[in-house]
Amino acid sequence: MGGIRKFIENAGWPRIIIGLFLFSLFIIAPFVRVRIDASVSDTLVRFGMNGVMVLAMVPMIVSGCGLNFGLPLGIIAGLLGAVTSIEIGIPGIPGVLIAMAISLPIAVVLGWGYGLLLNRVKGSEMMIATYVGFSSVAFMCIMWLVLPYKSSNMVWGYAGKGLRTTIAVEGFWHQAISDIGSFSIGQFFYVPTGMFLFFALLCGFMWVFMRTRTGTAMTTVGSNPEYARASGVNIDRMRTLSVILSTVLGAIGIIVYQQSFGFVQLYMGPFYMAFPAVSAILIGGASVHRASILNVIIGTFLFQGILTMTPSVINSMIQTDMSEVIRIIVSNGMILYALTRTVKVKP
Amino acid sequence: MALEPLLNVRGISKSFNHNKVLKNVSFSLEKGKILGLVGENGAGKSTLMNILFGMTVIHETGGYEGTISIEGKKVRFASPFDALEAGIGMVHQEFSLIPGFTVTENIVLNRESTKYNFLVEAYGDRMKTLDREDMDRRSREAIGKLKVGLDPALAVSELPVGYKQFTEIAREIDKENTKILVLDEPTATLTESEAEILLDTMKRLAALGISIIFISHRLQEIMDVCDKIIVLRDGEVVDDTTPGETNIMSIATSMVGRDITTAFAGKGTRGRNLGEVILRVEHLWVDMPGETVRDVSFQVREREIFGIGGLAGQGKLGITNGIMGMFPAGGSVFFREEPIRLNDPTSPLEAGISAVYEDRRGVGLLMEEPISWNIIFTALQMQERFLKPILGGLVRIRDESEITRSARNYIDMLNIKCLSENQRVQDLSGGNQQKVCLAKAFETKPRLLFVSEPTRGIDVGAKRMVLEALRKYNEEYGTTIVMVSSELEELRSICDRIAIIDSGRIAGTLPASAPSRDFGVLMLGIDGREKKVV
Repeated sequence: MGGIRKFIENAGWPRIIIGLFLFSLFIIAPFVRVRIDASVSDTLVRFGMNGVMVLAMVPMIVSGCGLNFGLPLGIIAGLLGAVTSIEIGIPGIPGVLIAMAISLPIAVVLGWGYGLLLNRVKGSEMMIATYVGFSSVAFMCIMWLVLPYKSSNMVWGYAGKGLRTTIAVEGFWHQAISDIGSFSIGQFFYVPTGMFLFFALLCGFMWVFMRTRTGTAMTTVGSNPEYARASGVNIDRMRTLSVILSTVLGAIGIIVYQQSFGFVQLYMGPFYMAFPAVSAILIGGASVHRASILNVIIGTFLFQGILTMTPSVINSMIQTDMSEVIRIIVSNGMILYALTRTVKVKP
Repeated sequence: MALEPLLNVRGISKSFNHNKVLKNVSFSLEKGKILGLVGENGAGKSTLMNILFGMTVIHETGGYEGTISIEGKKVRFASPFDALEAGIGMVHQEFSLIPGFTVTENIVLNRESTKYNFLVEAYGDRMKTLDREDMDRRSREAIGKLKVGLDPALAVSELPVGYKQFTEIAREIDKENTKILVLDEPTATLTESEAEILLDTMKRLAALGISIIFISHRLQEIMDVCDKIIVLRDGEVVDDTTPGETNIMSIATSMVGRDITTAFAGKGTRGRNLGEVILRVEHLWVDMPGETVRDVSFQVREREIFGIGGLAGQGKLGITNGIMGMFPAGGSVFFREEPIRLNDPTSPLEAGISAVYEDRRGVGLLMEEPISWNIIFTALQMQERFLKPILGGLVRIRDESEITRSARNYIDMLNIKCLSENQRVQDLSGGNQQKVCLAKAFETKPRLLFVSEPTRGIDVGAKRMVLEALRKYNEEYGTTIVMVSSELEELRSICDRIAIIDSGRIAGTLPASAPSRDFGVLMLGIDGREKKVV
């Protein structure tokens, strides 16, 4: 009995409730003729797709910069890398690596500027971050049209210039990472092993980083900036570093997402990308200034699981197609729920 | 005396959490007299005034013992409103004025003169309009009693500090029934000429029949205007006298002159083996709000315990914060003849100077992190200790077992009461938190250690532990210690020399064995202005 209570205390009620809800959806699924193997596979794929972007939340949270609502900035860096890689036209793993290599310096520069901005608005980072995300997306809506990309796979057919809203990566590096060591059982069950390994690699990198001298200093800056300063830590530099790290992970995250999804979504595509990542990490048990890698893994799994299962199960139950409506209600409802959970831990 | 005194306070005692701050305090105040109340910080002056004014904090912490009577009637105020009703007015150190309102509006606030109009019939008195002319007349009358040139139409935000003070006093006078006026350090923020006007005003008010309780650290003012002087020390009335019977020196002595043996066993003037000058501070200024340091120069010798004392707000805390780079500072600081870069916290840390800050929760601790983190962080950050290489030396990560070992070592050494080294610091008591702060500073193996207010807000037992730990550390490792404290006796019990800070400057440096009244004289800043007394 004591063991159960301790488990509940450690996991926290929200996770247990959501976990039980997800579990019950899996139980109901066969009865409403939703294939359980396909559902599980979908959940796993979505988990792998979104994991890195959720991980991108961690550095900024621990350094006290709050939730990275400016994730679209990192995503834009990733998109630039992706379209440039497609323009170059090298397929497979090298193509993905080129995309990442190109997006990396862009993300570092953008993250650096974003970090400097956030250092000027200490205390209201999250609101400013939201607007940084939105306005950068709007700015890029112009740039996607203007940038001199030529590949016929990407530009508008009638004009011969300007990038299309959705670009297929089929034929370049569709599932290049996912397919490393991947396997299928039957027709519907597919496990993207490579994507999991890649995510695990980044998680491992983050785990180690958080234990280095710099990572420790970053956590301390988030916990008590004055204490950190008195111990000789440059607060602004640590914060900027954390923002750069978040932005870079955002860039890598979107490339992982695209190679699995099969499409590069430009223009308004990144607009709402921050919200699922934010709600996933909050559901995973993180607060506005405390997050761990375990929070990332649990949160991504629960959030994406619910997001996958609820529409399909409920659709089958009520016999009409309103999956998109349900998905919006569920995902935003969970953000709302998660944010109200965190209000009380704010200082 | 046939006539009952206006205010009669008998046997007031008050404790906060078993900590007695007032012990059997009695005094009386006659109509139209001025009572001077003096005492060190923490002597119990504010608590006494809070009781008199019926502050709710007193009830929340269990009330008080003893009786207060006004004009012979026993009173027991449940809230400040009752006190106002009974005719007690109070002017606090911090202004309680509305900046955007005019002087008049502030003076008559919530007691405005009003005019009738027809809406009153429907909605009641709330709909009465303001009678501006009468309000103006009332404020002019109140200001007239003060005899100061204060324009009632000015907005309070545009007034100089001194005039804000007068506005507050005018507000209290405007209350028709004010019989007793409490002025809590009204002259602290005033210039000398403003203070003089205020003192004149006080005399005039007393002549009008208002009794005044005047709290001040400036003893000369007390001597000048008061009819009666009460000296509080450690919650007891140690002197109840009149200016005619005493002088500044004897007041100063009774304020600070605690029996040294009660503090804890002093070490005496044994032959201390001090080294060369290790720290040299020249013309230091520090812009720390509320603790401004203007021009401070001093030298500390190796293995010395150097004390810095003085009243609150005089700048003693600014010295540590300035040298450690926490607040903007200027001047020059040399450590072992090497210059320390000011405004850069890494510079003193690299040189081997550590500090225990007065603001434990704000600067000293990571409240939400475990004890072990708190202890080792500075050492890890500045000296790159507690790290172990992984992945073939590619990166170095925290060595958790080494961290645990070190934390346990300090928990034993300083007797920190906790469940384990992983307990979060916010769950510890104040004294144990302070020990964690000390452990953090010790872990950096400093050559020079600044300690600010190490015993503030902790109980007697922990106090002793902390002071003993400091002295032991000094003796065993030869660490030089600069200790800043408001408690003179505490400084005298462990320091070799003590500098007293007054108005951001060093008023004087004395050996710890000097008589306490000499320290009192320095602290109260009477040395410069009143040479003739010395």
